[in-house]
Amino acid sequence: MSDAPSPHLAAYEVVIRPNRSWLSIDWRALFEFRDLLVLLVRRDFVSKYRQTVLGPAWFVLQPLLTTVVFTVMFNQVARISTDGVSPTLFYLCGLLGWNYFSQNFTVAAATFTTNSALFSKVYFPRLLVPLSIVISNFAAFALQLATFFAFYVGFKLAGTGGNTHLSWAAALLPLLVLQTAAISLGASLWMAALTAKYRDLTHLIPFIIQLWMFASFVIVPLSAVPAKWQWVAQFNPMASVVEAFRFSLLGVGTLTPVSITTSALITLFMLFSGVFIFQRTERTFIDTV
Amino acid sequence: MGQPVIEVRNLSKLYRLGAIGASSLRESVERLWLRWRRSGKGVALPGPSYRLSPEQRGTDPNTFWALKDVSFDIRPGEIVGIIGQNGAGKSTLLKILSRITEPTAGQAILRGRVGSLLEVGTGFHPELSGRENIYLNGAMLGMRTNEINRKLDEIIAFSEIEDFVDTPVKRYSSGMYVRLAFAVAAHLEPEILLVDEVLAVGDAAFQKKCLGKMDDVAKHGRTVLLVSHNMIAVQSLCPRVICVGGGRITADGPAAEIVQDYLQVLRKDTGIALDQRIDRAGDGTARIVSLKIESATGGAVHSSSPLKVTIGYRSDKALRRPKFTASIYNVNDTGIFALDSDAAGGLPETLPAMGEVTCVTEPINLTAGRCFMNVTLLKGGVVADYIPQAGVFDVESEDFFGSGKVPGRDWVLCLLKNQWEARSS
Repeated sequence: MSDAPSPHLAAYEVVIRPNRSWLSIDWRALFEFRDLLVLLVRRDFVSKYRQTVLGPAWFVLQPLLTTVVFTVMFNQVARISTDGVSPTLFYLCGLLGWNYFSQNFTVAAATFTTNSALFSKVYFPRLLVPLSIVISNFAAFALQLATFFAFYVGFKLAGTGGNTHLSWAAALLPLLVLQTAAISLGASLWMAALTAKYRDLTHLIPFIIQLWMFASFVIVPLSAVPAKWQWVAQFNPMASVVEAFRFSLLGVGTLTPVSITTSALITLFMLFSGVFIFQRTERTFIDTV
Repeated sequence: MGQPVIEVRNLSKLYRLGAIGASSLRESVERLWLRWRRSGKGVALPGPSYRLSPEQRGTDPNTFWALKDVSFDIRPGEIVGIIGQNGAGKSTLLKILSRITEPTAGQAILRGRVGSLLEVGTGFHPELSGRENIYLNGAMLGMRTNEINRKLDEIIAFSEIEDFVDTPVKRYSSGMYVRLAFAVAAHLEPEILLVDEVLAVGDAAFQKKCLGKMDDVAKHGRTVLLVSHNMIAVQSLCPRVICVGGGRITADGPAAEIVQDYLQVLRKDTGIALDQRIDRAGDGTARIVSLKIESATGGAVHSSSPLKVTIGYRSDKALRRPKFTASIYNVNDTGIFALDSDAAGGLPETLPAMGEVTCVTEPINLTAGRCFMNVTLLKGGVVADYIPQAGVFDVESEDFFGSGKVPGRDWVLCLLKNQWEARSS
């Protein structure tokens, strides 16, 4: 035998050493475990459907029930404007992006705490877990989008939809969904890293979700906010996502080029900083279990 | 010969004590506050725990080196056993090599695909069918989907569950579950296989199959690193053994020799020296100087082991109306047992000024995991000496019910043998 390593062995050389860098991401491992991502998505999917009585019907029912509650509480009782649109369509549309975000956030933020037993026994890039949640939740989003269109067509035919039209921006819907996924991933990676270190922060998650929903104009349209304060909303990327959903599907909403750019930049920042802090946490997370 | 397949150089791992359980934001703030206040004042923080040689202590009193400057080479095709006592650093070493956690210093180079088997059936999902779980579990262990496609028939045949492969595994009997889990693991074909004590799970037939498969793996020129408390398994499987103690390699060589020496050291071991500990309370008229926690039946402490606790003490004069207590608690500070010499009875009214007392328990029936022990010595009802976290021991998993299925510490603390029967009504 020669001293040169065989090409076969050299191909798989793994060097383990303390890694102090914030920016190192193990792209190769992510690529090598790509099949696991597919299987995790499948697992999330199957386990969610098989364990419930109504199965996927929940994803249709949940926003409908929320819409009924919002319509009664905020529209009928509190008389909050819905931008001249039928309250049903207004809330259903606002909930589209919001529900996708909040479902991703609540589950993915608990990545470390719910998987600690698994993570202490086997190595794979931990990033695959939140990623698989965001991908598998997309199915629920698609169902809710279909529900929305069914109602949209129904209201149009009955002529009770209010002043709405599908705008040219509806073509950009895929981009909007991608941005929602990115925001939720970024936020949940941060939260996952923080709850791994400080368990008590888990109790904050429902509260954050609630507060964030009010700040994202799901219930009250941004147009109801005094004009001189509207600029504040652009620092919450979910606010412009919700407004953009309404703009593209109903033709109402308050969007400016500046607010779109700001929210896109903040989204990118959240996503990348989230990935880095998550990667840093995953390397020694198991020492604190 | 070519390059070593595993090259470990000065691998070290520093752990923080006291933060073993989940930390809270409040603790972090307190720690920061203390560190800030401490400059010069020498506030004594809760002391370090067990078996720490001076060089094992970190510069911060709250840290210790679980591994310190560990170096070794393993050549392709070698099967190496790693042995050592509780807390010696074996598991830490395996966790670093399988990339579950990172070292604090040093490095390890692994030349080849690594498969680690720290548990059988990792990530099995009860709602998924046997077939789906084969794919999921295989992928977690590092197999590609097409690789599993190729081996699927073989895996199913090996597991002997052909008829149930499309049934959710939650409907499996425990035997079927373990067979399937092991079938997946057995078909993992990495160049380097890291195995932790999986031999302790499952029935005798399963263990035999497992041993046979490991032998097979070796014959195919792959490299195996096996951590085990089972000296017989280690000796029969591994030509070479590395013994770890106090975070360092204490011996490395032919299995028979190293195991022999190790067992001898075990017998001579006097336990944990406690006389240097400063974090103690009591009037000091008598001191606890050593503590030894072991299985009363020898070997490692398993779920069904009776415990033998030996406490050494020293005093100026004979002890009148002595009472020893040893309380056992888990990482969350939840009390599990109190061994109390008064409650149990049996100690004489007066003890000599220097000596040791031994307490032997019934089988502990605890799930696998870490336990801590506080010890107290009272004289005539007054605390003479008290040492918090005087000792630590790990309960190793075993096939408690003989069914291959054992609940884990993440679910319950204690195990209870039980029988079920059904009647028609």
